[in-house]
Amino acid sequence: MGRAVAQARAGLSSRTGWSAAALLPLAFLALFFAWPVLAIVSLGLREGGVLSALSDSDTWELVGFTLGQALASTVVAVVAGMPLAFVLARCRIRGLGLIRAAVMVPFVLPTVVVGLAFRTFWPDGGVLPIVLANAFFNVAVVARTVGGLWAHTDRRAEDAARALGASRPRAFLSVVLPALAPAIGSAAAVVFLFCATSFGVVLVLGGSKYRTLETEIYLRTVELFDLSGAAALSLLQFAAVLAVLVLGALARRRRETALALRDREELARRPSGGEWYVVLAAFAVVVALLTPVVGLVTRSLSTRDGWSFAGYVALNTRGDRGTLAVTGIDAAVNSLRTAFDATLVALVVGVFSAVVLVGLRRSGARFAEVLDTALMLPLGVSAVTVGFGYLITMDALPGDFRTSPLLVPLAQALVVTPLIVRMVLPVLRAVDERLRQAAATLGASPSRVWREVDLPLVGRSLVAAAGFGYVVALGEFGATSFLARPDAPTLPVVIARLMSRPGELNSQMAYAACALLMVVTVGCVLLIERLRVPSSGEF
Amino acid sequence: MALELDSITVRYGQTAAVSDVSLSVADGEVVALLGPSGCGKSTLLRTVAGLEKPTSGSVSWDTTDLAGVPVHRREFGLVFQDGQLFPHRTVAGNVAFGLRMKKVEREARDKRVLSLLELVGLEGYADRRVTQLSGGEQQRVALARALAPSPRLLLLDEPLSALDRALREQLAVDLARLLREAATTALVVTHDHDEAFTLADRVAIMSRGRIVQVGPPAEVWSSPVDVETAKFLGCNKFVPGSFVGLDVERVGLRATALRVDSDGLIEGTVVERVHRRDHVRLLVEIDGEEYEAVGPMTEIGDRVRLEIDLDGVARIG
Repeated sequence: MGRAVAQARAGLSSRTGWSAAALLPLAFLALFFAWPVLAIVSLGLREGGVLSALSDSDTWELVGFTLGQALASTVVAVVAGMPLAFVLARCRIRGLGLIRAAVMVPFVLPTVVVGLAFRTFWPDGGVLPIVLANAFFNVAVVARTVGGLWAHTDRRAEDAARALGASRPRAFLSVVLPALAPAIGSAAAVVFLFCATSFGVVLVLGGSKYRTLETEIYLRTVELFDLSGAAALSLLQFAAVLAVLVLGALARRRRETALALRDREELARRPSGGEWYVVLAAFAVVVALLTPVVGLVTRSLSTRDGWSFAGYVALNTRGDRGTLAVTGIDAAVNSLRTAFDATLVALVVGVFSAVVLVGLRRSGARFAEVLDTALMLPLGVSAVTVGFGYLITMDALPGDFRTSPLLVPLAQALVVTPLIVRMVLPVLRAVDERLRQAAATLGASPSRVWREVDLPLVGRSLVAAAGFGYVVALGEFGATSFLARPDAPTLPVVIARLMSRPGELNSQMAYAACALLMVVTVGCVLLIERLRVPSSGEF
Repeated sequence: MALELDSITVRYGQTAAVSDVSLSVADGEVVALLGPSGCGKSTLLRTVAGLEKPTSGSVSWDTTDLAGVPVHRREFGLVFQDGQLFPHRTVAGNVAFGLRMKKVEREARDKRVLSLLELVGLEGYADRRVTQLSGGEQQRVALARALAPSPRLLLLDEPLSALDRALREQLAVDLARLLREAATTALVVTHDHDEAFTLADRVAIMSRGRIVQVGPPAEVWSSPVDVETAKFLGCNKFVPGSFVGLDVERVGLRATALRVDSDGLIEGTVVERVHRRDHVRLLVEIDGEEYEAVGPMTEIGDRVRLEIDLDGVARIG
């Protein structure tokens, strides 16, 4: 009797322990996300007008366009990302590192700049450039997430299907695709959220004709001072995002399988036969991705008077007639430092959350889905809302947090954390349970098991996630533009400021800053590639 | 008594995987849990390891109840069917793992690792990556890893089932020698009776979550407790004891129970024959019933005389 109680308590206690641990990331979200957002929403609600906004047919058109363009962009990104994922995971060809870098660069470019780059091809904007530009950003998410899992999936299942008489496409559809489904699902969910809340691109390419919820919230808050209207739209956006996340969580839950993780080296081989068409498609995607990038670099070097480094030289100044409070170089250094802090915070919160999520799920707690979904929410809420929310709430924290140098890193960490969770979680889940049990029977306590087994096995994806997070933080624009103090701007903020001011030198300097940001990004990405030592140091 | 299981029941919702099992393993003894797949033997093993919680009943070691002792404090080694080696560590790194957990000094650790690798016949493998090993080598490393921290009890979950036949037979003999030499107390789960009889001092037969018989291998082999157990142990024909001249109600016959012998007292007609590695397996009709038998080359339709080989006969009950 006493023992039965003790046993029931032991089962409960692991669940209670994990649930208690889950409170930490939830507290982080509550303080740095829910509170500011709710403050803005309640500010809007107090002034009324929510009902009238919801009954307006224009509102529903906005919702329709927002979700429609996000869906189209997601489809384009997935279709374009799959051949890249295949090449990155399965092919041994020259220049893989360069392909990887080329895929990564678009993801971190400031949105406003990409908008302008696409406008050089479609001067009047429109739906097509919006969809393409959104997809352009997010091909990397698909290629990296799916490629990460693909590189670790056992090829022999595919071989077995082929031996059973399946053609190559058939084997892909019936064996490979289902195995990759969790990664594709995760990637698509993230891409959809990014596209649904994409701001700079729609603002630049949509003009007044094509508006999404995000740009409308921005316009109403900043230009029309219609806070109640903006709050109504924020609520709507939030509801739509929540619906998508819940659907995604339900879909994910059904497809959790232990994968046979293998050494990447033995799987990567030279493409053969029809695989070369896939490689060709991947290269076509790379070329398409590089076109706006090359256009941008060209633009940064060409002035009315021919080729010139004027923009780069001007980075050491404060722009034409003192547009900026600091020099471009200072802003770049500040960017690097801020992104580093943000990545550190996001890594701690993200890895801790992923560990808790796996623990919760293993102990059978329903709570897991709640935390999983909550962690994704910051991706789906308007950066404008978050930024404004910070400004009206953070002064309540000790020492007036609004002026703290941690404010911007925290806001950026909020954007980066979900990415890290999504990248680390699938690999963490795929670690065979019996491997942990073997470690436990050898005398490793639960925390030791995490350190000795889980962390080394996910180390690879952890490094990738950290690098990914770092470059995302570097390019973050939405929230940063509201929060960065004038004397400590980041590079994207400086670029936007320079773009908005007249003067040949200013735009020249903006393009140069863009190019600089790309160089830093490519450098980071190459460094990550180098860290992932081939063959022996794989795990 | 070292390990004592007292009326253990493990339930998953409504279904009981293990029902009211009591069993003890003495110091230095090797006990095999033998049964068909799905009989609950692996669940029982996992319960002993502390990986499953019993719904009722207790696991104790030297009279101390282990209910509150977590897996990593039980000092029970566990070997899985497919090794489950740490892919990010070398062979030596895998074997040294338990020693590191026990905070054994580096020098003593290295020495112990080398001696264990020698014990399992893998000298010179220390710095190999485990992903480069064959299945048999992986299983040897898994065994060395489990033995390294000198566990109080070694748990083996189908340790040889993933290997091919020739290797399995060889390793079973090696493993039996190893367990004897190290005087290891061990609980082995297997569905292969050859393996169980090679390794164990005592065999516990499990069926549908219950232990139906416990005893030394020879006793279990010659006197299975019921028809079902006898079938699991290779008997495929059940006849009255008088058929083979024994004073018991029923006996089970294995294929080797009847041997062609010109001096035999039983007469029958060959209806089928199959060539095996070193003998011919026959199907013989005796008084309208078909029996399996072993014999030399004969033609179908031949009349043959058969002798009874008591090694192939199992008394039921």
